[in-house]
Amino acid sequence: MTHLDELESQSIYLMREAYHGFQKPAMLWSMGKDSNVLLWLAKKAFCGHMPFPIVHIDTTYEFPEMLEFRSWAQKHYGFELTVWINKEARARGIGYETTDPVTVTHELKTVALQQCLAANGYDALITGIRRDEDSTRAKERYFSPRNAEFEWDYKDQPPEFWNHFTTESGPGEHVRVQPLLDWTEIDIWRYLDREKVPLPGMYFSRNGERYRSLGCMPISRPVKSDAKTIDDIIEELKVTKVSERAGRAQDHHERNAMQKLRAKGFM
Amino acid sequence: MSLLSDTTLPATPAAIPTPAQPPDKAPVPDHLQLVVVGHVDHGKSTLIGRLLFDTHSVPDGKAERIEAACKAEGMEFEYAFLMDALLEEQAQNITMDTTRVPFSTERRSFTIIDAPGHKEFLKNMITGAASADAAVLLVDAFEGLREQSRRHCFLLSLLGLRQIVVAVNKMDLVGYKPEVFEAIRTELSAFLAKLGVEPAHFVPISAKHGEGLLKHSDKMPWYRGPTLVESLEKFRATPPASGGPLRLSVQDVYRFDARRIIAGLVESGSVSVGDQIEFVPGGKRSRVKGIETWPQTNPPPRGPVGAGSEVAITLEDELFVERGQIGAPPSDKPYEARTFTARVFWIHDTPLRSGELIPLKLGTQQAEARVLGIQRTLDAITLESGTGTTGEVKVHEVAEIRLRVRKPIAFDVGGKVPALGRFVLMRGRRIGGGGVIDSVVDEPTVTSGINPVSRSAILGHRGCIVWMTGLSGSGKSTLAQALEQRLLSSGILSAILDGDVLRTGLSRNLGFTPDDRSENLRRATELAIHLADAGVVVLAALISPFRADRALAAERAKERGVPFAEVFINAPLAECERRDPKQLYKRARAGQIPQFTGIDSPYEAPLAPDLEIRTDRQSVAESVEALTEMALGLARPSEQTGSGSHI
Repeated sequence: MTHLDELESQSIYLMREAYHGFQKPAMLWSMGKDSNVLLWLAKKAFCGHMPFPIVHIDTTYEFPEMLEFRSWAQKHYGFELTVWINKEARARGIGYETTDPVTVTHELKTVALQQCLAANGYDALITGIRRDEDSTRAKERYFSPRNAEFEWDYKDQPPEFWNHFTTESGPGEHVRVQPLLDWTEIDIWRYLDREKVPLPGMYFSRNGERYRSLGCMPISRPVKSDAKTIDDIIEELKVTKVSERAGRAQDHHERNAMQKLRAKGFM
Repeated sequence: MSLLSDTTLPATPAAIPTPAQPPDKAPVPDHLQLVVVGHVDHGKSTLIGRLLFDTHSVPDGKAERIEAACKAEGMEFEYAFLMDALLEEQAQNITMDTTRVPFSTERRSFTIIDAPGHKEFLKNMITGAASADAAVLLVDAFEGLREQSRRHCFLLSLLGLRQIVVAVNKMDLVGYKPEVFEAIRTELSAFLAKLGVEPAHFVPISAKHGEGLLKHSDKMPWYRGPTLVESLEKFRATPPASGGPLRLSVQDVYRFDARRIIAGLVESGSVSVGDQIEFVPGGKRSRVKGIETWPQTNPPPRGPVGAGSEVAITLEDELFVERGQIGAPPSDKPYEARTFTARVFWIHDTPLRSGELIPLKLGTQQAEARVLGIQRTLDAITLESGTGTTGEVKVHEVAEIRLRVRKPIAFDVGGKVPALGRFVLMRGRRIGGGGVIDSVVDEPTVTSGINPVSRSAILGHRGCIVWMTGLSGSGKSTLAQALEQRLLSSGILSAILDGDVLRTGLSRNLGFTPDDRSENLRRATELAIHLADAGVVVLAALISPFRADRALAAERAKERGVPFAEVFINAPLAECERRDPKQLYKRARAGQIPQFTGIDSPYEAPLAPDLEIRTDRQSVAESVEALTEMALGLARPSEQTGSGSHI
């Protein structure tokens, strides 16, 4: 078994445990590379079916090319898509034009997700976060409980070992299921390459620039790159020492921004 | 105006140490999961930070940001901060939780699992260490071995980790002297030998100064062994158990369309189309018809699908298979049993108590388990066994216990398939502890032969002996009476054999010398066997202070084919004396009753009772519940074993 085979099996195991363990799980999808690996693995786990809804939290600041990909992928894979927008916050005028990126991220992603959960009654959310993205994500569990206020009690996380996890949640609570925790950025690219997983074109170099991590349009910054193929990207990642999310402004807006965002319920 | 100005990374300031060599690429695919354990403050985070830095595994922005933070506080560059990114940690200098960080050397890639050293965070250490292939045990050269170092050694051995390297850190603080290193090596080797653990290497290092990590240290020319990184590169990633028999843990059965797809994990062995598989518990058999994949391939795969892989199969026959069953070759199946002994570690604040009923998970199976007895607790610091029995296992303790699950479960023992020889016990939604099964306990089996069967056909149950031993005043008679009521109301014929009653009749010619006591119990045993033979559930409430007498009773019962269970009715002597329902202790203390058990005659507590009741801690209702279940298990075994939904 190769390292990628091991990661794939582990992720499928976790997804199957989540599907069995919860009443109403849903899977988050941002159309980004990790998200697309997640979709792919779910199709594998359930033999071509997608037994839970796919949720996209739409900030209304999405790249048009990503929205095109969203429509295409939904038809291609065939799944139930739930798109949620925090219309209340947008009506209040919350947006990158007027507000700092940490607040906008909180309102248009975390609060939107809260609304979506409350409206649909999901008790588990399958997400595509990875430990190597960020030091707070490094501390995550595969099955990570969130209370009704969406808070993450990172100081007192449940133990998990020998393939046994927290598969119950109380009223209003939910569990984040994180099948990609052990994957690294390079693993993701090697897997995308091996499996020929469809991807938005923005990850590849155009005019000497490409996006390494994709979020909202106003706060996602491309990196200088000539990587036009996955092979090029893997070669680039082997030598780069710039962190993956360096181009995501909300992470760096203030000291420990990511920790603050995550403690309040951000992915 | 740009929103992005604050993300601009500064140029590398000169104050940051520059790693010596350019990064190398293409590590071999063999990937090692590594846990770093040790006492708090022995330098784990510094070691990991330094390893990341020296192997060029730190993203650019990170070192600069920490450098700026350290400068602001007027500190030296702190490698530990590369790991400790959370607010609280930077304040307290303590790693809070398990962290996984990848790094690579020229030869291989690693994931470091950092486990905290704080005693209250033991659960995180176990969470981390349970998935590791190898461990670095860090010991401070200046402080030497500490409680936590020893505790972590013990848990590593229980978790099955055998690839261990000991890094003796902070050699700079002891002037890089070989004597200090040797003294620690001698002491720790002796301790680890008791655990059956032999570290691959002891390596002297100074994480802070980068000595002995990647390169041989010129400060320690006396050390000729490998550097820390060299020793890590030699470890093997734990190979999945592909050599053994097939064990397929069923996670779910999908019916998305016309197919009935069995999905699960190949824990060991392999599975191919055409293989005959038996599903345990239950025993239904069929052959593998197909292996389902997405995207579908042409021709479809036929296997083998090997250990460590997720698989989805269809069967030739329409069997009712469900989650929790284990698919295995009919010729080499796992055990299917209810009672077993295990070593457990406990990580929940509420202790594991003898007699309690607790959910158990093993593989994908789930069952309620009764803690029949806690035989001995092991002191993880001194490695000495506790003597006798104890009523509970407290947080951070390790014990040998006996468990009985309500329905038979499938498992392997003796490391045959490690994943199916270990289990967790749930305390509410959380894992309360974990355990490794050591042996299967033989259960009284239904003799399908001659006379007991016809009697049980009339009675609806069979006879057996529940032997309740304990000090005077421990609650034997009270519990026996309550149990009798419960059994009668369940339609079970039972009778109490009470010590006091025997003494006034059958044994009225006997005194209280050890010989007379033994004779008294011999008579009680024979009478109990006769009654049980006649179909009665005998509740023997007898002090029976000597192990040898009780062992004899159990042996005689076994010879006669009568199910027998020893129940320890346990309450501390002081508590029994306080209760003193018959004022016997008072009289014994006054010298009026010679050779009174507990006062001037010994009581030998059972070493491995089938059930232990702590009457000073458990309520009568709770105790009777446990006793009833035990008695029902003996009297109506088929009903008990058949209660699972898998048939």
